Amino acid sequence: MKDVTFGQYYPADSFVHRMDARIKILLSIAFIVAVFLVKSYRFTGFAACLLFVLIATAAAKVPFTRVLSSIKAIIIFVIISAILQILFNRSGTPLWEGGFITDEGLLSAGFIVARILLVVIGASLLTLTTSPVELADGIESLLKPLKVIKFPVHEFALIMSIALRFIPTLLDETDRIVKAQKARGADFESGNVFKRAKALVPVLIPLLISSFRRADELADAMDARCYAGSKNRTKYKKMRLTWRDLIGTLFIAALITGIVFINIYLTV
Amino acid sequence: MRIVAENLSYVYSEKSKTLAVQALKGVSLTVESGEFFGIVGKTGSGKSTFVQHLNGLIRVGKDKGSLKVGEFDLTDKKCDYMALRAKVGMVFQYPEYQLFAETVSDDVGFGLKNFMPELSEKEREERIKTAVELVGLDYEKIKEKSPFELSGGQKRRVAIAGVIVTRPEILVLDEPAAGLDPQGRREFIELLHKLHQGFVKTIIIVSHDMNLISENCGRAAVFSGGKIVAVGTPAEIFSEEYDGVREGLDLPVTEYVTRALKRAGITLSSDLTVKGFIAAAENAAAKSAEKREGTAAGRARGGTGEEE
Repeated sequence: MKDVTFGQYYPADSFVHRMDARIKILLSIAFIVAVFLVKSYRFTGFAACLLFVLIATAAAKVPFTRVLSSIKAIIIFVIISAILQILFNRSGTPLWEGGFITDEGLLSAGFIVARILLVVIGASLLTLTTSPVELADGIESLLKPLKVIKFPVHEFALIMSIALRFIPTLLDETDRIVKAQKARGADFESGNVFKRAKALVPVLIPLLISSFRRADELADAMDARCYAGSKNRTKYKKMRLTWRDLIGTLFIAALITGIVFINIYLTV
Repeated sequence: MRIVAENLSYVYSEKSKTLAVQALKGVSLTVESGEFFGIVGKTGSGKSTFVQHLNGLIRVGKDKGSLKVGEFDLTDKKCDYMALRAKVGMVFQYPEYQLFAETVSDDVGFGLKNFMPELSEKEREERIKTAVELVGLDYEKIKEKSPFELSGGQKRRVAIAGVIVTRPEILVLDEPAAGLDPQGRREFIELLHKLHQGFVKTIIIVSHDMNLISENCGRAAVFSGGKIVAVGTPAEIFSEEYDGVREGLDLPVTEYVTRALKRAGITLSSDLTVKGFIAAAENAAAKSAEKREGTAAGRARGGTGEEE
């Protein structure tokens, strides 16, 4: 249970870490758009994206293995989509006489795999270099225009940061309750799915109760410190745009321009 | 059931290079059947990790030493953990947070259902009743109540009843008196002694409260940095000999007073229980009164001699 890493923030002092969270979120979205802009089978476009990822990783001082480990979670999904493409893509010429695997099937499988991997890597670069708190602040700031339609932006961001904050706490709590019930003979490992689901009841109920207790305590603690919502609230860390954000933006702009050129002028 | 640990080690997140923490570094300890044993140490000293080995909540790793609890060999892959856990009861910190069932009697009976499904309904009820009454609650009054309606102290008693209902021979308690008021504490410790005189043969108690340890435990071990740095009677482990290795831990009040008296020139030796300490103090007082009378008499005699 403890091995679950959520919000895989990798603390470091780097160019990318110091960038404005809002810009990083927008640039990540721009990067994903760039990946989807690449036309079918223009693998040079993906090469450009990969180059971008490599440069960004180096600038972020994040070990490349950490970036790759974010792929682990979706690797099965990637393999299945590749297999489906290879087996069911009927267009193109078969690789051998009467065979059902075509050259185009292989190409499209490679294309989809590259696309998924790049998108995931791009997104994980964001979470690796931006702490959950910065992320929540960034999203809050970006969503501010929605206030016009009475969307409770600040409350929404607060809920997000509280949820993130309590994940490790709840994992610890779960671990403790599981151990306590195991000591009383609870068995979570044997039996069929239904039996196992039923075995979780003695864990879920105490967990639910303690979550309510924690929520109550947190509300009291916030009240005691005169928390009154977003009104007149200032931030400890003000987000400011710097030259780094400009460079990052130019960099992405270059990538997108490059991909558009590749789409127009190249065939592979 | 005798507990024998030899050179026991444990590493959390062993596979990860950055997160690996060696919690136990070669712990060897023997606890005889019938002991009231204490374990002290700072947070992160490895005491909880050690204790969780005792009923197999944490498994002994390969080449990480050996552990035997009675006839159970925990290094053996075929070890019957269910049978072991029925024999080794474990009460965690704030045990009331593990209550979950609809009624008190269901919650207390949870362990019985798991460990002894062959019991008849009547036998089960009988055992639940005994356990609830043993922790000092009125069974008929609360058996149909929801455990969440009870007061804090009652909840904790119900939770403990849920552990002792299987009549474990070894009872392990991790900081069990935390959050109890003075009276609740006193009653709780009385309950432990009552259990110790009954079916529970060995009690192992982990605590930050040195007074609780010196007052109740026959022997205790001091954990520090994943190792045991001292084992012995409270008087031994709290003596000046171990001041260097006990770093950061308090002393029992009786030991503080003993040391202050020693600096004033009065040497007391007691087992550090309040009773023993008072007896030793009375004894010393009587002796010094005797001495004073003797010297006074002598001086009186000498004085008269000089005058003559």
